[in-house]
Amino acid sequence: MSIPPRQAAISIRGLRKAFGGQPVYSGFDLDVRRGDILAIFGPNGCGKSTLINMAAGLLATDGGTILYDGRDVADVRVGYVFQNYREALFPWRRAADNIRYPLRLMGLPKPEIERRLERLATSFRVRFDLHRYPYELSGGQQQLVSIMRALAVEPEVLFLDEPFSALDYETTLSLRDLLQAVLKEIGVTTLLVSHDLEESIVLADRLLMLTRRPTTVADDVPVALPWPRGTAALSSPDFVAIKARCLDVFQAAVAA
Amino acid sequence: MKTLAAPVAGAVGFILLWQVAVWLRVADPILLPPPAEAFTDTWAALVRGTLALDTWRTVQRTMLSFLIATAIGVPLGVALGAKESVYRSVEFVVDFFRSTPASAMFPLFIVLFGPGESTKIAVAAFGAALVILFNAAYGVINARRTRVLAARIMGASGPRIMADVLVWEALPQILVGMRAGVSLALVIVVVAEMFIGSTDGLGHRVINAQMLFESGLMYGTIFVAGALGYALNLLFLLIEKRFVHWAGR
Repeated sequence: MSIPPRQAAISIRGLRKAFGGQPVYSGFDLDVRRGDILAIFGPNGCGKSTLINMAAGLLATDGGTILYDGRDVADVRVGYVFQNYREALFPWRRAADNIRYPLRLMGLPKPEIERRLERLATSFRVRFDLHRYPYELSGGQQQLVSIMRALAVEPEVLFLDEPFSALDYETTLSLRDLLQAVLKEIGVTTLLVSHDLEESIVLADRLLMLTRRPTTVADDVPVALPWPRGTAALSSPDFVAIKARCLDVFQAAVAA
Repeated sequence: MKTLAAPVAGAVGFILLWQVAVWLRVADPILLPPPAEAFTDTWAALVRGTLALDTWRTVQRTMLSFLIATAIGVPLGVALGAKESVYRSVEFVVDFFRSTPASAMFPLFIVLFGPGESTKIAVAAFGAALVILFNAAYGVINARRTRVLAARIMGASGPRIMADVLVWEALPQILVGMRAGVSLALVIVVVAEMFIGSTDGLGHRVINAQMLFESGLMYGTIFVAGALGYALNLLFLLIEKRFVHWAGR
């Protein structure tokens, strides 16, 4: 999919990365449009997480560029939600203090910090007590706190690394509904890594299917389903058609 | 009540066994007095104030060496743990001296610090500091990588990550090290009181009672030393529970 440079929030060119001599990426290109939610889907070990970790600046690249409106990731406000919320939250701080933490690092004044905290709690319809410690919350509540912490800084780009994979289906459904509503409202450019095809389609404006290593793009699927996409959307003919197309591509990519 | 029942039964059983051994004359009554006699002798020494003073002196020495050990071991351990390559290079030396019986170091420390009070404190602090350092370093080395990454992506600098993440991650292990350290400090202090020119302290009292054939007092002093070690361990367990409420959850 070709995107005019002025609309591209993220622009990856000639990305290279190898692990132990085994190339994962050798000359990978990708543009992501501002405000889009891009889901990245592919077989195990194809380097989905590697890609967003390099994009987020957590992992060094071996070559190529990843630019945000021409800027390096160090100059961009990013939010990152880890797969394992248990190991990502700070258990010695209360849930609210976990969310306040990045805001304090930014040196924001106290009233502004409290304003953002309250606004997030309203957006996500938080009904549990944020004054509790993370380990006193359920898995879904903990991941919600992680998401709030990532969004508190009002990021220009949000990274979600399999955010629901450690949660049960019921929790995933409700958290997914909340997340898509908030992301579409604030319009943040988002990279979502998922190994769940249904989740990838439901949350994404665009779905990138990756092949086995060395990783290339197997298919670039626009997801033009109307928002919001509730549980009913899962059985709409358009959804089913996209899913069928993706499954075919996936099977071909894995077999290849 | 139920939780207390088992240990109380164990203690009563132990005293009964002791009494039975006395009745059966397993050993000379001079060497093995009945428990009641040991208790009265010990109580009398406590009331006279001599044993109370000895206990207090031992507590003082243990706490002083423990504080010195903590002040050195925690910051040094955290700093070394943060640079794993540096820690690996000193690990052997730390491990070696951690495994060396502290009592073997007495002569060296007497040469360094003289035969007085400071030697007892120094040896105990040395032994405890190594245990605390080792635990603090491992606490930092084993910090969850995800939390460090999370702090980094939120814009935390190196020193901030150290203060806001690594120290907290290591805290449970640091407290385990401090608990082991205070126990070791007590052991070394009591031994030092026996053999490095002392006029007070539980170690001094035990060996003195033995030489004067005050067996009742000797047993009593041993039990006071045991109670002290047990109480210190319990105290640190309570501190751990209170201050690292998140550990293992």
